Amino acid sequence: MSNSLWSDAWARLLKNKLAVFGAIFLTLEILLCVLTPWIAPYGFETQNLELTLARPSFAHWFGTDNLGRDLFTRILYGGRISMAVGIIASLISVVVGVIYGAISGYLGGKTDTILMRIVDILYALPFIFMVIILMVYFGRNILLLFVALGLTQWLTMARITRGQVISLKQKEFVDAARSVGVKTRYIILKHLIPNTLGPVIVYLTLTIPSVILEEAFLSFLGLGVQAPMASWGTLISSGVEVMEIAPWILLFPALMLSLTLFSLNFLGDGLRDALDPKGARD
Amino acid sequence: MGLTYILRRLLTMIPVFLLVVTLVFFMIRFAPGGPFSAEKKVPAQVLKNLEAKYHMDEPLIQQYFRYLRDLSRFDLGPSFKHSNRTVNEIIAEAFPVSMELGLISLCWALLIGISAGGLAALKPNTFYDYIPMSLSILGICLPTFVVGPVMVLIFGLWLNWLPVAGWNSWQDRLLPSLTLGFAYAAYISRLTRGGFMEIRHQDFIRTARAKGLTETQILLKHSLRGGILPVVSYLGPALAGIITGALVTETIFNIPGLGRFFIESALNRDYTVVMGTSLLYFTLIFVCNFLVDIFYVLLDPRVKYE
Repeated sequence: MSNSLWSDAWARLLKNKLAVFGAIFLTLEILLCVLTPWIAPYGFETQNLELTLARPSFAHWFGTDNLGRDLFTRILYGGRISMAVGIIASLISVVVGVIYGAISGYLGGKTDTILMRIVDILYALPFIFMVIILMVYFGRNILLLFVALGLTQWLTMARITRGQVISLKQKEFVDAARSVGVKTRYIILKHLIPNTLGPVIVYLTLTIPSVILEEAFLSFLGLGVQAPMASWGTLISSGVEVMEIAPWILLFPALMLSLTLFSLNFLGDGLRDALDPKGARD
Repeated sequence: MGLTYILRRLLTMIPVFLLVVTLVFFMIRFAPGGPFSAEKKVPAQVLKNLEAKYHMDEPLIQQYFRYLRDLSRFDLGPSFKHSNRTVNEIIAEAFPVSMELGLISLCWALLIGISAGGLAALKPNTFYDYIPMSLSILGICLPTFVVGPVMVLIFGLWLNWLPVAGWNSWQDRLLPSLTLGFAYAAYISRLTRGGFMEIRHQDFIRTARAKGLTETQILLKHSLRGGILPVVSYLGPALAGIITGALVTETIFNIPGLGRFFIESALNRDYTVVMGTSLLYFTLIFVCNFLVDIFYVLLDPRVKYE
């Protein structure tokens, strides 16, 4: 891809105010989450039983929870987990989906039909129930959560990549590679997949929020991240328990989660419009 | 659309369903721990009796076929944790509640979504377009488990207008169904607007306008059928989403529906209940998708299934 395509896209992205807002917010948030252990004003588990359910103040910006733990600190640490789940699970879905889609699209014919039939059937399965069942039977392990959530998301990625690969594989450079005897595996990995990255990146930015949402959903129900760890979903869930007396414990994590989801969605939409000016919104 | 299409769709559902049953069944059995391992140490004889009662002492493959046989008679087995109750009884009691919640939410979603989207399409780029469309971004991005508690906080606890828990009077239905329907109303309003905007420029609309019909007449008589197509194709995912969303809504509002049983049994490791309820959910989602597809063909004669 030429440089001008990326610089045009960049210019278009900068014009989209919501996407820029999203990018700035996310950069700040990621920075905060990475630096959390050094900048957090209190310890994650530090209890102060003299000061439980305190209102927001100078000492505790977002107040304290029912064990007197600083909510701001907990939101920062929770953000690390939510972000990590979102990013790692999405990357898993990208790897699986892109490879699957590329193989299906490049090989074509019967293989393609069978592989895509499987995707069609899997589409009809409500994956979130599968994840719940997995978590129930194999314990609420965070690594398992990454993989399970990643596997709920790869189907669309596979379809997008397949479509891209089908249109790419008729291009001359693929013929050239084949004519000098490059192996199928290398054609897929070195020539086709790098050229599908644009749409894949766009879809990745839209996958991260849905994974974060799914993780928060599971944690809210008590089936996701387990204590002593806490994600935004767990924090919202414990906020609901005390919302009558201390609504801020619900509102701050809810606000953070919502702002993050907003930003990711805006950035994803902005990237899609910027990279695909024809505006192929399905 | 021929009968063959319907038959083929129904037939493909059978292997998928069997696959799901098999997968879930063996996942349970190969998972570490059993339904009785969590309890206090029970005498060996009691444990043996318990295992005999639930046929856990038989070879695995025999248990699998027993489950399949019972399933073909719609018998989902006894619950492990609610003693003396079968999964069928639990479902019979809790499912109608969930069904009611889901249907009311769907009605809200369609009613609010289509009217807001239609209004926006009727007067594009005005106040009537911007307000519902900005609200819909909120609806799409905010998860149910944030909207629900915030609604409880505002309408239940601060304003004191509506009850916040229970499932007895009609007021009890309002907050949960609005919470659950909100996100889908948002999405449907966008789809409706998009559908109508696309159809506005079609020739038959121009003809209708040339005949001297008012914009409202055109909307109701000519654009509605075509403009609503994107909404119909979204109904499948929406129904699946409402069914999943009910898990959270029932937990927040303390509604005695199936979702709460599902979560509770998942946390208690009540295997038969988890399995029975999730199989019901799977079936429900399959059937919904199937019906939506058929409905879609009826509305749009251009779509042909091979």
